[in-house]
Amino acid sequence: MIPPAFEYVRAASVDEALAHLAKYGDDARLLAGGHSLLPLMRLRLAAPRVLVDIGRIRELAYVRAEGGELAIGALTTHHAVEQAAAVATAARALADAASVLGDPQVRNRGTIGGELAHADPAADYGAVVLALGGTVTAAGRGGRRTVAIDDWVRGPFTTALQPGEILLEYRAPAAAAREGSVYRKFARRASDYGMVGVAVRLGLGADGRCTSARIALSCVSDQPVRAQAAEAALAGRAPEGDAVREAAAVVLQGVRVADDPFCPADYRTHLAQVETARAIAEAAARARAA
Amino acid sequence: MAAVIGQPLKRREDPRLITGSATYTDDVRLPGMLQAAFVRSPHAPARIRSVDASAARALPGVVGIFTHEDLADFWKAPLPCAWGAYPLLKNPAHWPLAKGVARHVGDPVAIVVADSRAAVHDAIQQVRVDYEPLPAVVDLDAAVAPGSPRVHEDLADNISFTFDHKTDGVDAAFARADHVVRRRLRQQRLVPNAIEPRAVVADYRRADGQLTVWAATQIPHLLKIFSSGLLGLPEQRVRVIAPEVGGGFGSKLQVYPEDIATMAAAIHLGRPVRWTMDRREEFTSTHHGREGVMDVEAAFTRGGEMTAMRVNWLSDMGAYNMLNGPFVPILGFLVLPGPYRNRELEAHIKGVFTNKTPTDAYRGAGRPEATYLLERLMDLAAAELGLDPVDVRRRNLIRHDEIPFTTATGMTYDAGDYHATLDLALKAIDYAGLRREQASRRQAGGKLLGVGFSTYVEACGLAPSRATSSSAYGAHLYESALVRVQQSGAVTVITGSSPHGQGHETTLSQIVADRMGIPVDSVEVLHGDTQNTPIGLGTYGSRSLVVGGQAVVQACTRVQDKMRLIAAHKLECRPEDVAFGDGRLFVQGAPTRGVAFAEIAATANLGSHAGMPEGMEPGLEATAYFSPENFSFPAGTHVCVAEVDPETGRVRIRRYLAVDDVGVVVNPLIAEGQVHGGVVQAIAQALFEDLPYDADGQPLGASLMEYAVPTSMDVPDIESAFFVTPSPSNAIGAKGIGETGTIAGTPAVVNAVIDALAHLGVRDIDMPLTPPRVWRAIREAGTGGSSRPFAESGEGGRSA
Repeated sequence: MIPPAFEYVRAASVDEALAHLAKYGDDARLLAGGHSLLPLMRLRLAAPRVLVDIGRIRELAYVRAEGGELAIGALTTHHAVEQAAAVATAARALADAASVLGDPQVRNRGTIGGELAHADPAADYGAVVLALGGTVTAAGRGGRRTVAIDDWVRGPFTTALQPGEILLEYRAPAAAAREGSVYRKFARRASDYGMVGVAVRLGLGADGRCTSARIALSCVSDQPVRAQAAEAALAGRAPEGDAVREAAAVVLQGVRVADDPFCPADYRTHLAQVETARAIAEAAARARAA
Repeated sequence: MAAVIGQPLKRREDPRLITGSATYTDDVRLPGMLQAAFVRSPHAPARIRSVDASAARALPGVVGIFTHEDLADFWKAPLPCAWGAYPLLKNPAHWPLAKGVARHVGDPVAIVVADSRAAVHDAIQQVRVDYEPLPAVVDLDAAVAPGSPRVHEDLADNISFTFDHKTDGVDAAFARADHVVRRRLRQQRLVPNAIEPRAVVADYRRADGQLTVWAATQIPHLLKIFSSGLLGLPEQRVRVIAPEVGGGFGSKLQVYPEDIATMAAAIHLGRPVRWTMDRREEFTSTHHGREGVMDVEAAFTRGGEMTAMRVNWLSDMGAYNMLNGPFVPILGFLVLPGPYRNRELEAHIKGVFTNKTPTDAYRGAGRPEATYLLERLMDLAAAELGLDPVDVRRRNLIRHDEIPFTTATGMTYDAGDYHATLDLALKAIDYAGLRREQASRRQAGGKLLGVGFSTYVEACGLAPSRATSSSAYGAHLYESALVRVQQSGAVTVITGSSPHGQGHETTLSQIVADRMGIPVDSVEVLHGDTQNTPIGLGTYGSRSLVVGGQAVVQACTRVQDKMRLIAAHKLECRPEDVAFGDGRLFVQGAPTRGVAFAEIAATANLGSHAGMPEGMEPGLEATAYFSPENFSFPAGTHVCVAEVDPETGRVRIRRYLAVDDVGVVVNPLIAEGQVHGGVVQAIAQALFEDLPYDADGQPLGASLMEYAVPTSMDVPDIESAFFVTPSPSNAIGAKGIGETGTIAGTPAVVNAVIDALAHLGVRDIDMPLTPPRVWRAIREAGTGGSSRPFAESGEGGRSA
């Protein structure tokens, strides 16, 4: 559990960090909260030659409500996400995820940018941001660019982030009236990765029918998945009874479901359906109250 | 002065432990100290064709890399097994570093020594070992089947030992039985996971051949004796110090390969060497606990009375016999009759070698396995006979007026009231109310409710010499104490036992303060250094109070007898009339005639000896050894109330109540802590923990990320109540508290879950009862798929 030797540089600003990345190239890895990278290094599964520590770039730690959007800086800790009033009103599912992610030590150190950039298929935010929608902004030597959240994750531990780029911000559309979101995580123990994580964002019309529905899952496959068949099953219908059952039944349609000795695929599929139904009910209740 | 026994005093150990100012083995720093790490086999098993250390040796800071052949001159004997004298035990040589063949993932192949931890961890990655993987023996049934590959090629099969026992009336009882319950019950493999990883520092002084060892151990004296023997060093030249030790649960009741290899490297290099284990190594290189398969059948009358029991038990030894590994199921055998009246028992135990990490004692050591079997049987019998599980237990529990009661395994229960603890528990939980709620929930749908019981008795106070000698165990399991009254009246107690979290310093002080009538704070308790403690056997098997405490009492008594003589001389009374209390010695019946405790202390120590009886030796000190006549028998009733979500299979424990008769409770705060910790480990086995292996002998989920040690968020509040019948085995009246939780708790939890699902037809779920397994059991119950055939016990090898 002792990592191999590495060099360490600390960046005081985004520009400085970009300069370090340009200088060291593939030898460098960014260090934010360190709660994914350092364990990999201790297990000698990762051995970067240089760590560029961006953890003290305070300008990247913020939560702001801006013109119908919620903007969260990449270095915002999970704890700050969990506590922020703006998150609770605009994107409640993010706060749900932040409150069950790891343990208090992880939540105090780990950052939303680190989690989105690491793109662990079992990471909780992976499902939440897909369900909420929105964009990720990254900076490189050539300037800034924005990526739609549906295009962010490209595979297991792989994102649209290019070599030499730094993730700056996640931006979600803020919840409108009669809109609600939820994240439910089913884990063996507190602080574990989930067996299933389900995020649901629902908008309801005055008649109680869904005007919008986004559903996404983490921990079920080799990357977070949008459940578009389930979303379609809810479209224009009240989120109850048969509509919920039909949506849950197809929630993993077309997904290659992860299978391991502690959570076989058939159970995981069943669990995803149960948890989806429960998440839809909770999101609907929140939407009605919003 | 208020009674000291029974006071919930805070542990005096805690301030230094909680503030991080205590010294553990890994905190020891010596000039010139080197760091060791081990190259371990990634295969199970594999022939070692060659080891190429040239690249590693060239790295900066690397001092030495040694294989078995390099250090073979340093070890004079293989690692010990305390049951070596048992005639039916096969004990293949187990060397500190693999000789020719590595037999399990994690088996140490080479020790690397460097000048820093970073350097040594870089170096172990560069040691190139050419392995030839061999077929692995993993499954227990397959291991004992004819034609199985062998773990030890020089043995005819994979049987480490056989143990057979049969009482005269078993066959007749089965022939008469109204009903026979048959089951195959499994114990999964558990990883002890003490919070402090194992560690050893070895310092060899060439000038005089002195080896000083700091070790995270439960048994400093045994480690010293074995180390001197294994390394061929004079016993007086070996000193073992157990500084603070952060938990063990049996995992530090061992003489490990790494201990001896580190010592050999230190002797070879003439420099101090430290080895501290990584947490990941815990999963493959610290001994594991429990794994086994038990085929059981039990004869019952229609009314639920058990009349005979047969058990075939395959107990997984892993790749080698460890210090007590083979004896663990034997300890389980001793308590197989449990608190029940049935005296007809047939048991056949086989220790089985497999290509997995060796097993040995883990909190409870055999007794949890036996209790699980018995308590599951009680619930299965109730279900199959249509009776209430409480009624079945009542029908079978030995009554208070039947004690002393001698069991089918020769145990004589000497104190206890098993019905009384059950009554207390039932009253506390409102059993009738829970059954009503269970019925209404089954009607309503949603979460289901179950109630699980475990009425248990276990054997502590390891161990009476007649038991160890009659079972060919290689040691008397006595304990020792030295009590010294100093000049000021302060008292030093030196115990031969070796705490690693139990709070000996507090508890033993309470015993001495109580007997001597002095403040608890004036008593200090020392332990753990073989240079200045009387020979003791260590701390395990809930023995430190029951056996070690009695040694303290005896040493105390001897010192007090001498103090009485001095006081009688001063007070001009008879010694037998002198009493102790309030810091004084006084004439019984005339309390104003007295003398201060401190004055007697001064008189005997640095005083002019005026006031000493003519011809008496100075000094106030005595050493005592206690070898118990009988085990002690903690008993009680644990009840678990569990909710099961039938949609997800998730279990939530709503209530957990432990009513334990552990005899006289010296410190209720510490005793409750032991119950809490033990019950959490029981819940862990029932619901969370498992280290399975694949067919190639690779452990699955061998890290804390996957091996699900429950967190504080995953366990309920635990209610603990004590019911007291004093043990006659020692003057304190204590029975032992360290293992009751793991022994009683696991079946209570499993019984609760299965009780919740009983109406669906679920009768068995293999541990741990994870959500996927519970869900699957519910799903399969509808199709009648959950019962398994009883594996017939078959052929010869049995003794009558």
